[in-house]
Amino acid sequence: MNPFGYEAPTSVDAAVALLADREGRARPLAGGTDILVQLRQGRFDLDLLVDLKRIPELCRVTYDAGVGLTFGAAVTCAELTEHAAVREHYPGLLDAATIIGGTAIQQRATLGGNLCNAAPSGDGISAMIALGAEAVIAGPAGRRRVPVASFCTAPGRTVLGRGEIVVALRLPPPLPHAGAAYVRMIPRGEMDIAVAGAGAWLRLTDDGAGIVDARVALAAVAPTPLLAAEAGAVLIGAAPTDEAFARAAAVAREATRPIDDTRGTAAQRRHLVGVLVERSLRKAAARVKERVS
Amino acid sequence: MSDKRTPAATQELSVVGTRAVRTDAAEKVTGRARFATDVQVPGMLVGRVLRSPHAHARILSLDTRRAEALPGVFAVVTTADLPPLDAGDAAALERQQARDRVLASDKVLYVGHPIAAVAARTPTIAEAALALIDVTFEVLPAVVDVLESMQPGAPILHDHLRTRSLAGTGDAPTNVASTFRQVKGDPEAGFAAADVIVERELRTRTVHQGYLEPHASTAVWDDHGHLTIYATTQGSFAVRDHVTALLDLPMSQVRVIPMEVGGAFGGKNSSFIDTVTALLARKARRPVKVVMSRYETFVGTGPSPGTVIRVKMGATREGMITAASATLIYEAGAYPGSPVGSAAHVMFGPYDIPHGTIEGYDVVVNRPKVDSYRAPGATPACFAVEAVINELADTLGLDPLAFRLRNSVRDGAETIDGSVHRHIGAIEVLEATQSHPHMITPLDGPNRGRGVAHAFWGNWGARSSVTLTVNPDGTVALVTASVDITGTRTSTAMQAAEVLGLPLDRVRATVGDTDAIGYADVSAGSRTTVATGHAAVRAAHDVIDQMRARAAEIWEVDAAEVAFVNATFRCGERSLSFAELAGLLPETGNTVTGVGNVDVQDWGASFGTHIVDVEVDPETGKVTLLRYTVVQDVGRAINPLQVEGQLQGGAAQGIGWALFEGYDVDAQGRMRNPNLLDYKLPTTLDIPPIATLLVEVPYPGHPFGARGVGEVPIMPPPAAIAEAIYQAVGARVYELPMTPARVLEALGRI
Amino acid sequence: MMATAASGKTMVSATINGEPVEFLCEPHQSLLSCLRDILGLTGAKEGCNDGNCGACSVLLDGRLVNSCLVLGVEIVGREVTTVEGLADWGGLHPLQRAFIAEDALQCGYCTPGMLMAGKALLDGNPDPTEAQIRGWLAGNLCRCTGYDKIVRAVQRAAREMREAGQ
Repeated sequence: MNPFGYEAPTSVDAAVALLADREGRARPLAGGTDILVQLRQGRFDLDLLVDLKRIPELCRVTYDAGVGLTFGAAVTCAELTEHAAVREHYPGLLDAATIIGGTAIQQRATLGGNLCNAAPSGDGISAMIALGAEAVIAGPAGRRRVPVASFCTAPGRTVLGRGEIVVALRLPPPLPHAGAAYVRMIPRGEMDIAVAGAGAWLRLTDDGAGIVDARVALAAVAPTPLLAAEAGAVLIGAAPTDEAFARAAAVAREATRPIDDTRGTAAQRRHLVGVLVERSLRKAAARVKERVS
Repeated sequence: MSDKRTPAATQELSVVGTRAVRTDAAEKVTGRARFATDVQVPGMLVGRVLRSPHAHARILSLDTRRAEALPGVFAVVTTADLPPLDAGDAAALERQQARDRVLASDKVLYVGHPIAAVAARTPTIAEAALALIDVTFEVLPAVVDVLESMQPGAPILHDHLRTRSLAGTGDAPTNVASTFRQVKGDPEAGFAAADVIVERELRTRTVHQGYLEPHASTAVWDDHGHLTIYATTQGSFAVRDHVTALLDLPMSQVRVIPMEVGGAFGGKNSSFIDTVTALLARKARRPVKVVMSRYETFVGTGPSPGTVIRVKMGATREGMITAASATLIYEAGAYPGSPVGSAAHVMFGPYDIPHGTIEGYDVVVNRPKVDSYRAPGATPACFAVEAVINELADTLGLDPLAFRLRNSVRDGAETIDGSVHRHIGAIEVLEATQSHPHMITPLDGPNRGRGVAHAFWGNWGARSSVTLTVNPDGTVALVTASVDITGTRTSTAMQAAEVLGLPLDRVRATVGDTDAIGYADVSAGSRTTVATGHAAVRAAHDVIDQMRARAAEIWEVDAAEVAFVNATFRCGERSLSFAELAGLLPETGNTVTGVGNVDVQDWGASFGTHIVDVEVDPETGKVTLLRYTVVQDVGRAINPLQVEGQLQGGAAQGIGWALFEGYDVDAQGRMRNPNLLDYKLPTTLDIPPIATLLVEVPYPGHPFGARGVGEVPIMPPPAAIAEAIYQAVGARVYELPMTPARVLEALGRI
Repeated sequence: MMATAASGKTMVSATINGEPVEFLCEPHQSLLSCLRDILGLTGAKEGCNDGNCGACSVLLDGRLVNSCLVLGVEIVGREVTTVEGLADWGGLHPLQRAFIAEDALQCGYCTPGMLMAGKALLDGNPDPTEAQIRGWLAGNLCRCTGYDKIVRAVQRAAREMREAGQ
């Protein structure tokens, strides 16, 4: 491992400049729970780590009922879990934030980092896709926004260009009669990477009898976390029943391209997609009921 | 808190049998305890090992000059730095193998095989130096599957290897290092007499002992060629033997200081990096410390073998076993020597079987050489036998414990390999399990099931040394040669204290290094509390005899007239307490040191039965353990608190083996999960509370009736869980680990 | 502002176990390595060096972290608590006493990390359920005990601390 240097800028512009200047040889550091491991494994070599945690904008969490939730890329999973508005309005996000590693990992890991790490199994990414999140990016050319659903392009690869960093994640405001959930399958009780995962978001009619809008997202069954668009589409207009959820699950299975690896087989993953999509949809629907009552 | 069942007639004991806290606990909870990884010596360099990326290859060239030239590098060693070997003698082949295992010579035989090592000022320089070592290989085809390795045409690992068996030595190159066949009675007739026969093939994967502390060694030479090694080991004398043999040094030139051990479980009986560390330190003329990474721990040490086991058992409709046969095919790894023999010895041990045969194969493959892991070889074999026993019971419609009781061994029963059971607690354990609240409580709910499994392990005696020196204040300094990997310095001190009539806090136990105390075999085989206890008892009696003689001198009587009762020396009206006499020792001829050097030939075996309740998620295949109970005969629990810990810890490892753990090795011999993310040690969420029931069937050959306890608890979990899964969802899994995918496959869902 | 020595090392000032501390380290050095190799605080252990075992757990500004995944340079101006800082002049921490009494350790290698994790738990939740204890400690592996006695020890310490009004 090349002994890299370290800088801790206090502004977004300074961070962007440092990264743009040493393109390919510098990377941002948030929680460090992925990048330090990868550096030690020799996955890549760096001259510089740019610590983002001293940039105030990247550490803030703001919630507004009209605008939604905005949290900085360096906000930790634990901090999200401790935030009252997140707990109340975005339990589907916390489904993911509370299962990324154990306690100590969650005290450092960030959803921003989870996103930029772009693992196919990213729990945070899939949950955010289901919630319709977008990433706020800053770079030498200024700022732009990209839906999280389009952010990852291949395992470990993202849309970020030279000098660009994710500054914040934005989630739309919670709608009445809407609920979200994320579930995954791991062999142990904790500490594992998902064998497969599914996030779901449902918006029901006022009387709860019909599905107005839906999103289904999948983890660990394709080169990137995936918005299973057809699975969501098939739910719109249907009643939120087990039959409808099973149909969506079957459609979702078709969208997957799972592989065999040390964590699971393709056959197992394909099967699990069906199970987990149904379970996440049921959990999302139950959350709608909870909110309403 | 455990339950205990103790027979009525027992000795009156005041220290032995109490729930004493371990004497090293305070050091460990404050972080003061020093492990081999914590050693700091002035001028210490960092050592790193270059390991083979290939599972099977010839080394065509090895050039270390660029590495040596790197500033900050003090030494680079290869096989050329080992002392020259006399090619002539009969043991030369074995010695060459021992050398090759430390640093490869002409071939590498597994991914991770050490090739060279460097000592440098910093880890960064050491890593850079490794990259500058120029090695060229001729890559050879590798074989990593044990059945493939037995086939004609398989790549041969050792040109000179011939199959050894009782029939003689084979004459063709092979990967089958040895084979054996044990026969009792007339198996063909036995099976013919059976009403029901169950025959299964089961497979298990390589697993690692999973000790959290990696191997670490620090070597320091002085100007006179004397070497000190700070080691993490189960046997400081074993390290000394190993290093002196490889470096051709007199024993007196090497002192091994055993540090606190951060987990061992059999995986630190062997020395993996002490020799290389010593070589580096000698060449660098500086102390050198080598610490293995977690990756190296997986690929560069001695895991437990993967296996293919076929078991066939027959029984009458009434539930009497008529015959049993087994074929054990064990991975030895890159060099011969799997524990297939000890597996054969114990696998049918709990059952009185009139006719049987066991066939075993020790097969080399391009993987790390296997080593001991808590009841070496036995867990896969127990899985196989108990799976068939449970299936037989189910097929016959018999209660699983009643079936086992009906066929249980009793004192005098003979195993298939001709050993005779003596003073065993098999029946007591099974009966205690039958009446345990866990067994009696009904299990309700969908997808839930209960399973039991039963196991036998022989344990061990062997050599231990203890000295006891009396301090003027009446306390006693105990030095033991046995490394403490489980709490034995405490249980040894308790036994000495009991004999001396002292409270435990008046006996201070330390583990001595190889210059300070006699000789001990490795702390393994569940032997230490038993054998080192023998040594402590002998040393304590020696102290008492010497102090009686001193009292006799002081009182000017004959030593035979001095009695020692209730920690007091008496002669007629005169008496001195232990502490009082201790205070007189310095002025009456110096203190007294008692010695106990033993080689224990007589020890008791162990039986254990486990009960587990599980819930299976039939859609994901995930198995959750709801309740777990360990019932085991412990002879006499010297320290019940510690014994419970051994039962719980062993069971937890068996649970890991059953459900979560296994090497995932590709066809090129590379491990795909050499880290603690994907090699899945159980977490707090994976192990339920574990209840323990200590059944005390004292072993007459031990002063307090103790038996070894540590190993048998790892054996039953896989079969108990497999049966519970079957009872829960109707699917039988015959392969370990019983991952969610395997359960789904058994259910026909994928 | 990070002060860099001519060697490329960085000067780090922080508070460790309540004491002000200064040391020089290379930017790529983990906090674990700084604690163990520079500061001589060998309580925190290396078990995996990639955040999967918890043997290196310490508190950073009161939060439980894997010190193998924190860089030494990241703790500038911050507070670190290790197992060496758990006991104070009054004696052992209730968790340490409970671990001893319940025999919640055998080899002791996971123990420093387990204790720090236990402290972080009880600092935030003085009355945890067994499920909460197990969930919180899931990132701290133990290979010796099977966890049963560790859970009991945490429960015991929690009880003692609640009764003492701590």
